[in-house]
Amino acid sequence: MFVNPLKLTANNLFAKNIMPSINLPNRILISLLCLLLISTLHPAYAKTKLIINIAYLSQEQKNPPQLSNLDPFVSDKGLKGAELGIDDDNTTGDFTGQHFNLVKFIVPLEGSVVDTFNKDIATKFQYVIVNLNAEQLNTLADLPAAKNSLLFDVATLDDALRNEHCRSNVLHLLPNRAMRADALAQYMLKKRWSKWFLVTGSSPEDRLYADALKRSAKRFGMKIVTEKTWEHSYDARKTTQSDIAAFTQVDDYDVLVVADEHGEFGEYLDYRTWQARPVIGTQGLIASAWHKTHEQWGAIQMQNRFKDKAGRWMEEQDYGAYLAVRALGEATTRSLSSELNLIKAYLLSPAFALNGYTGAPLSFRSWDGQLRMPVLLAAPRSLVAVAPIEGFLHPKTELDTLGYDQAESHCQWTPQ
Amino acid sequence: MIKKTSLSLALWLLCLGQVAAESVFVTLEKDNALAVIDPIAGKLIKTIPIGQRPRGIAISPDTKYLYIATSDDNTIKIIDALTFKEIGHLPSGKDPETFALNPAGNRIYVSNEDDSLVTVIDVAHKKAIKQIKVGVEPEGITVSPDNRWLVSASETTNMVHWIDTKTNTIVENTLVDPRPRALSFTADSQQLWVSSEMAGSVMVLDANNQQLIKTIKFEVSGITTDKIQPVGVVIDKERRHAYVALGPANRVAVINAQSFEVEKILLVGQRVWNLAFSPDQKRLYTTNGTSNDMSIIDLDSQTVTKSIGVGTYPWGVVVKP
Repeated sequence: MFVNPLKLTANNLFAKNIMPSINLPNRILISLLCLLLISTLHPAYAKTKLIINIAYLSQEQKNPPQLSNLDPFVSDKGLKGAELGIDDDNTTGDFTGQHFNLVKFIVPLEGSVVDTFNKDIATKFQYVIVNLNAEQLNTLADLPAAKNSLLFDVATLDDALRNEHCRSNVLHLLPNRAMRADALAQYMLKKRWSKWFLVTGSSPEDRLYADALKRSAKRFGMKIVTEKTWEHSYDARKTTQSDIAAFTQVDDYDVLVVADEHGEFGEYLDYRTWQARPVIGTQGLIASAWHKTHEQWGAIQMQNRFKDKAGRWMEEQDYGAYLAVRALGEATTRSLSSELNLIKAYLLSPAFALNGYTGAPLSFRSWDGQLRMPVLLAAPRSLVAVAPIEGFLHPKTELDTLGYDQAESHCQWTPQ
Repeated sequence: MIKKTSLSLALWLLCLGQVAAESVFVTLEKDNALAVIDPIAGKLIKTIPIGQRPRGIAISPDTKYLYIATSDDNTIKIIDALTFKEIGHLPSGKDPETFALNPAGNRIYVSNEDDSLVTVIDVAHKKAIKQIKVGVEPEGITVSPDNRWLVSASETTNMVHWIDTKTNTIVENTLVDPRPRALSFTADSQQLWVSSEMAGSVMVLDANNQQLIKTIKFEVSGITTDKIQPVGVVIDKERRHAYVALGPANRVAVINAQSFEVEKILLVGQRVWNLAFSPDQKRLYTTNGTSNDMSIIDLDSQTVTKSIGVGTYPWGVVVKP
């Protein structure tokens, strides 16, 4: 049942190099003869390959306002990770007789993802990597055409999508805000930084991140001594020195916890606070599924392979998309099928264990479709810790000390 | 007269051999050094600078040479096992970590993780003679004692590739549990044992048909299953017991190699990684990656008798009689 890749390659080379010099009817004849020869001599080659088609769906983004010249705007976050995943799946597929196709659909800025989904994806692809925002994701998930699809969300962080707004045809590949906040809180508890000064930006996402932090503070017995919303300017040239010093003159605290998902002011806080205090949250020490400082558990190989392919660092969405494609590859190889129900059942079963280069086997939470995964805590140039932090125990797996555990979940999956 | 002298010399050597006991060599990944340990005295004898980031290690069948993969030097060094002088190096390819020496000692097979290749090296000529395309991130690699098979495990492809040592081509592939790490043949070359880090399992494969005989799972009370990440695996010559290093579970599992039952779990050191028998197979030596020590397990009583501090990030281990 296994195909020898070396011999296959040799056959293909033969065909490519020799065939063009022979006229068409003879070419067909030779092809037929070759096929006959191959099928009689090597029964394995005659077996048709199992083809798995995967769509990648994203939409063009408006360039955000340039806050810093340090980080270039990356327009293909996610896609490159999916492509690397496909390469890996197909290396395995060469041995197992499976082939994975990735077709990308990048909807223009003013286009409609629903139209693209209905027209180009729904009838041809059951597996869709979705790199879109929360609202778009659930709009797609609720489409009648998505009933027999499995959507791999590689972008959203929303806790609501893992709770009251969960969908049974969606799996989430990146840690949600609650997981990140719990990871940060575990570290702060370990450091005994129990008095927090919470600074929140004014976007809805910032408020959601702050909500997650408040939940974690309560969960781990931490105290938010002061809470303020950043309402000053978002211009580095004006704000930094005077505004931040004044803004941070508050009652004593151990650590400044910042919720600024779009990076509009958080970077200015460090070294400018009235008192000498560390900054943690969306800036300073951050919580992330992947980070360029991460090298342990074979991650260095992953970083190298990605950089060779993409010519840039791996971003979180790339990591999510890589894991999504690899998860599909694993499920297909193990279940020897491309059938949606079997794949989905395997992905949600205890047998599924995916390597994410973070030291623990990854699996999906059966109650909300969230990938169960470690969260990295990273400073800009060094990896500080990996959560779950040692000592936070759980009867089943310590990974479930991050985010919504089964008993806390508000997700009720209705069968589609 | 001459006969008598040579006989007494032989006797004297034999006695000397027993007095000067075996040496254990451990590569220290973060110290860029090799630790030399006298396991009978239970002492670290010395630490020798060896090269950048040493990991995989093997000893030649005549025990004269050590082969050490110094990953950040991108080479495998040949070290005199008596003087510890470097006497040559082998073209291993980039970032060598694990490799296997064949029983005759004339071929070294290296896993090239970044390139999905296995490089075949002619030891005498210090030349790479072939590269074999394998799955993504090849790691564990071994040669069967009868020299029939070279087996390479791909960590991301989750497969072991059975390579014919005569032709250096893959003839069969077996799908195994996620992230296979170490491979070990039984002494009779009939079984291949494969550890899988992410599934927390060891699979026993039949070398004749490359099919699964048994999957062994582990349970350690007080430790969640995702901490049980098997790495090193060794089986004794009579195939009575197999021993498996359980990584961050900090323990070695003792398995009945006939019934495949897990008989005992022994606490050793943190992130136990690789294992090696003493030449008489009465002791087992472990490298404990993050507690910077090695443990000695007495195999008659199946107890941990000693732990010896060796240096930072002990990785590979070989024993010289």
